[in-house]
Amino acid sequence: MKPAPFAYQAVPSAKDARAYLASPDAKAIAGGQSLGPMLNLRLARPALLVDIARTRDLRGVLEDGDVVTYGAAVTHADIEDGRVPDATPGWLRNAARHIAYRAVRNRGTIGGSLAHADPAADWVNIMTALGAMVLISGPHGDRSISMEQFILGPYATALAAGELISGVRVLRRSAKAQWGYAKFCRKEGDFAQASAAVLIDPERGEQRIVLGAIERAPACIPDPEAFLSGRLSADDVVAQILPERDEASRALHAAMLEQAHAMAFGGAVK
Amino acid sequence: MHDGNVRRGVGASMLRLEDDRLLRGKARFVADIKMPGMLEVAFVRSPVAHARVRGVGKPAGHEDKVIVSADLKGVSGIRADSGLTGFKSSIEPILAFDKVRFVGEPLAACLAQTRAEAEDIAELVGLDLDTLPAISEMTKACDTDAPLIHESWSENVFLETLVDTNFAAADKADVRISRTLRTARQSMAPIEGRGVVAYWDAHVEQLVVYSSTQMPHIVRNGLAECLGIPQGMIRVIPPDVGGGFGYKGVLLREEVCLAYLAMQLRRPMRWVEDRREQLTGNANCREHHYEITGYANRDGTLVGIDCDAIVDSGAYSLYPFSACLEAAQVASILPGPYKLEAYRCRTRSIASNKPPILPFRGVARTGVCFAIEIMMDALAREIGMDPVAFRLKNLVQPTEMPFTNITNKYFDSGDYPEALGRAAAAVDMQSLQARRQLSTPNKKIGIGFAIYCEQGAHGTSVYHGWGIPMVPGFEQANARFTPDGGLELRVGVQSHGQGLETTLAQVACEILGIDARKVKLVHGDTALTPYSTGTWGSRCMVMAGGAVAAACDTLAGRMKSIAAHLLQTDPSEIILADDKASSGSREISIAEIAKVWYRRPQDLPANMDPAGLEVTQGYKPKKDTGTFSYGAHAAVVEVDTKTGAVEILDYIIVEDGGVLINPMVVDGQIYGGAAQGIGTALYEEMPYDVDGQPLASTPADYRIPGSVEVPRIRLDHMETPSPLTRFGQKGLGEGGAIAPPAAIANAVNDALAEYAVEMLELPITPTRIRESLSRARASS
Ligand SMILES: Cc1cc2nc3c(=O)[nH]c(=O)nc-3n(C[C@H](O)[C@H](O)[C@H](O)COP(=O)(O)OP(=O)(O)OC[C@H]3O[C@@H](n4cnc5c(N)ncnc54)[C@H](O)[C@@H]3O)c2cc1C
Repeated sequence: MKPAPFAYQAVPSAKDARAYLASPDAKAIAGGQSLGPMLNLRLARPALLVDIARTRDLRGVLEDGDVVTYGAAVTHADIEDGRVPDATPGWLRNAARHIAYRAVRNRGTIGGSLAHADPAADWVNIMTALGAMVLISGPHGDRSISMEQFILGPYATALAAGELISGVRVLRRSAKAQWGYAKFCRKEGDFAQASAAVLIDPERGEQRIVLGAIERAPACIPDPEAFLSGRLSADDVVAQILPERDEASRALHAAMLEQAHAMAFGGAVK
Repeated sequence: MHDGNVRRGVGASMLRLEDDRLLRGKARFVADIKMPGMLEVAFVRSPVAHARVRGVGKPAGHEDKVIVSADLKGVSGIRADSGLTGFKSSIEPILAFDKVRFVGEPLAACLAQTRAEAEDIAELVGLDLDTLPAISEMTKACDTDAPLIHESWSENVFLETLVDTNFAAADKADVRISRTLRTARQSMAPIEGRGVVAYWDAHVEQLVVYSSTQMPHIVRNGLAECLGIPQGMIRVIPPDVGGGFGYKGVLLREEVCLAYLAMQLRRPMRWVEDRREQLTGNANCREHHYEITGYANRDGTLVGIDCDAIVDSGAYSLYPFSACLEAAQVASILPGPYKLEAYRCRTRSIASNKPPILPFRGVARTGVCFAIEIMMDALAREIGMDPVAFRLKNLVQPTEMPFTNITNKYFDSGDYPEALGRAAAAVDMQSLQARRQLSTPNKKIGIGFAIYCEQGAHGTSVYHGWGIPMVPGFEQANARFTPDGGLELRVGVQSHGQGLETTLAQVACEILGIDARKVKLVHGDTALTPYSTGTWGSRCMVMAGGAVAAACDTLAGRMKSIAAHLLQTDPSEIILADDKASSGSREISIAEIAKVWYRRPQDLPANMDPAGLEVTQGYKPKKDTGTFSYGAHAAVVEVDTKTGAVEILDYIIVEDGGVLINPMVVDGQIYGGAAQGIGTALYEEMPYDVDGQPLASTPADYRIPGSVEVPRIRLDHMETPSPLTRFGQKGLGEGGAIAPPAAIANAVNDALAEYAVEMLELPITPTRIRESLSRARASS
């Protein structure tokens, strides 16, 4: 289980990263927590690894009034430990604490997590539920797109060849907003087998409900109000999103949705 | 024995002497061994479960770095037959050449300066394989259209056995109930995988093999047989070994292959198993299937058991335990500590396209305990009796000890009802009631019990009947004082987590009065230690402990003679304690006695016994049918009927291991075993698809419980001394891993009783629970 040969280049800035990523078969490596295993299993065989973990401009966080922009190379542990500001009333810190194990969190990055696009990954689903924007920088300039546009499916994103995630932009949420995020893991530190996030932000007039870990892109449920008002049960909602699944499988997703909902309304479910 | 105020003899809970080295990362494992000119080996392994091998192509330019079967001149495959009637023999080729029979079977060895380069070459090796249909499900292995794994055989069965003891008597029982039960195939996962370094030592003309093994002397036997060279030409050394559990109780093809290459090429060779090889190529234990019927009377008498058990033994018979030990053992241990008058059990060791089976901690007992204890609960429910009361009525009573059960197992001692009673009493019913009231309607609480016995240190009379390549007999130990008054012990068993460096020192301390910290254990190395079958079957503390005691007894006599001369008294007046020999108020240190013996012999009389301060002594217990330690487990679980999650709220173990040499080490063994048992119960499973492809290739898919998943276990000890052993100790290294699946399954089934759902397949995963509940809802 040793990787196939590759060249390695650590870069000091996003600009340098872009330059190296322009060459064919080059791949960015941030924390290496997802790419490392892929390399060792020889499932990924890049000719060049461009290490962006210590890239200054990707490690910073920018606070600008209503929005907080996290550099792509900010680690889960940076968020967990409060070394970077939390755009929410503690939701991100709390979520970070339950990603994988501490050793993984020390290295794993928010940008790497989004780029890898594991359908069960926490940031993939949380950022979708928070309506975050992904900042992309590439050979043809910079662009920003919503999470829904960014995640195309399992391990598939809108990143084009040579492009890099430079950051993720999150709107501030006040204590008036309600939030619940629940996931079901077989073991502490495992990827989720089902997850759900519920956001109700009266100040911004936003309601968003996301089902995650469904082996495809996170599902934003079309009519959150129907569920929040009680017209549709969690089972109904899940049946709409996952009609092909059997009852036993749907039950788990419904349970997560109920848990996230209860948390958003102050319930002490867990 | 006392050292200041600290007891360090038998019964002392002293910290382990080896832990300083192990916990500070100073231990040396196979992967830490480096030698000048050493080559790394990567194996090309079969990507398919069953195929005819048309060719293994060496890549151009790398011909000399790729070794295939034809290159292993004069090397025999590994054969481990059982002498039991009807056993069908298989030969494990060192490198496969005509057929491959499971995913992961080695086909070629690639040599390079680094492992990465060796893997680069391995990728280039061309495999021409004609894929054949595979057997991945043992219940289908005997279908008429099933492909034959070994073509000279008539069917895919290594061995079939049948025991029938008065089974006709079951007919008169009031009730009978039947169940189909299943345990999953598991992959033993010691922290350190396997690994081998082999080199030819030209100066002593000897092949030296470092291997992460539990049984170095057995490995030497096997190497000599496969390589066709005298045993004196081979030295096997286990360095520090990071866990075994049975995974390293085997002669490996990799050992034979590296040994041969080191001899031929005269260069050191190293192979270190990686996690992928371990998981996908070596998932090799625990897979049982039972069709079982229990018979009972309404008054609560267990009348009989009828069982048809099959075990998936995989593709080959492994050396030395063979392919049939596990299944055949099912028949002999299924009744356990219960009294019954009618018994029948058929077993079959099935051949499949999976890695060959190895005995894992507890061996067949974990599956068997699950089977019998599920039936005990089901029968109790059927006759409307409390499951603890039903067990108490049918367990062997202390007054009946020693007891020979229906399968002729000789129980040396114990009070089983007491153990179960204590476990039941330890369950805090009040706080459970309170929790029940508070919790949401989808959370269901259940309590489950299991009781088992663990036969340890069983010897010749038990093993010779199997007719396998290894029969344990007499155990030897060597003890010698060093000139500065330290003690060296040499034993052929191998310590790899059991704490023998400490516990055997405690035995020496008990007899010689020496400070246990001055005892150095030399273990495993075939050049330095007496022959032993090694570390397996919970035998070390009884067998090696007995042998060390015997050697120390003799040494004590000799010490006393010297001390008596120096103190001018009679040897019978001498007491050895606290690192000295004393007689009344006169005393002399052990160090001084050793110094006189070795370095100032002029101070001793001419007629002094010349035998000296070095002894090799042998040991065999008074009766070699084994010690019977046992335990009762109680599990309290909460099942979330929405998610299927099982939380262990409380876990109680009452254990009787006889006299405990070091209670702290015993606790550690039980906690560790119980963690593995919880893995069997709730997490560990290597699924295969119909083509025999293993589906859990990383630890993300093959789940092993971590510290968060293992609850705080409450432990209670009983100490019924074994009448058979030196100090009354019993083997107990495996017990913790035996009962958790049974206790937890019974607890889950208790929790789900109102839904008429029974979980009968291990592991009990949330998905299986949700599916069972969903089926129950559909059918109601
Ligand atoms: C044992 C274990 C358990 C885990 N459990 C969880 C869990 O519970 N929840 C969870 O969410 N995650 C989990 N993870 C994944 C972890 O969070 C990873 O850190 C994360 O998925 C990837 O981040 P990384 O920085 O390590 O990315 P890397 O592994 O370095 O890269 C991953 C991919 O993203 C690309 N990439 C990285 N950075 C960028 C960038 N800025 N722009 C474009 N492409 C980029 C790489 O080229 C690569 O393709 C787990 C990982 C492990 C090893």
